[in-house]
Amino acid sequence: MELIIFVAAAIGALAGGVGVIASRPPVRSALSLLLVLGSLAVLYLALAAQFIAALQVIIYAGAIVVLFLFVIMLLHARTGEARAEKLRGQRTAAVLLAAGFLGVIVAVLRSRPGAALEAAPEGFGTAQAVGRALFTAYVLPFELASVVLLIGIMAAVVIGRPSGTRP
Amino acid sequence: MTVPVGAYLALSAALFALGFTGVLVRRNALVVFMSVELMLNSVNLSFIAFARQLGAIEGQVSVFFVMVIAAVEVVVGLAIIIAIFRTRDTVDIDDVDLLRG
Repeated sequence: MELIIFVAAAIGALAGGVGVIASRPPVRSALSLLLVLGSLAVLYLALAAQFIAALQVIIYAGAIVVLFLFVIMLLHARTGEARAEKLRGQRTAAVLLAAGFLGVIVAVLRSRPGAALEAAPEGFGTAQAVGRALFTAYVLPFELASVVLLIGIMAAVVIGRPSGTRP
Repeated sequence: MTVPVGAYLALSAALFALGFTGVLVRRNALVVFMSVELMLNSVNLSFIAFARQLGAIEGQVSVFFVMVIAAVEVVVGLAIIIAIFRTRDTVDIDDVDLLRG
């Protein structure tokens, strides 16, 4: 059962990943990204991370992809890509580099065969378990994250407003 | 039948390589940005897989923080892209070369 879920989600994620980098209109890339994020949420559920799966859907699929779509529609029409390569052989070099990188990682993975997964402990990965860790051992980073979010909001307002206007 | 943790890690590596290719190949700033998100997500997957393997909740806490930072990064990055589009009327990263030596 887990195998079927894994294979289906993995195919979805890989197809979406190819879609992100291969489709010409940016809207299609954004929707492919949505497919990747959804498939990953399924995998998180299979890995006993319910809370993170919910966050994945809410933050990534709900907020980030929608933001991408808004910006694509805002910049409409003139977001096409010129076909000519400025840097000769860029595409080939990129694919070779990525393939080499993947080869190195797979070689590392194969050199250390991982053990099969044991059953997850009771209540692992629930909102309660993650929340307890966040509000005890990691309470300082958690509070700092709120500051970072606030700075991000202010930066977006300052950078994004038309030049010459005062806030 | 259960899936070994290596399968999740291999999938994560494949997604990372796809995002890597996207960053190097595409010239639309928005798509480059989406490829970066793809790489962040692939790393999140390996975090979750290791958290499950080791039974340690810290992996999931790390993913939480990665998501927070990714959200901020997207907001600021898209604001920068919009600002560039306003002044230079393009989102092609090859056209934004004022700093070229």
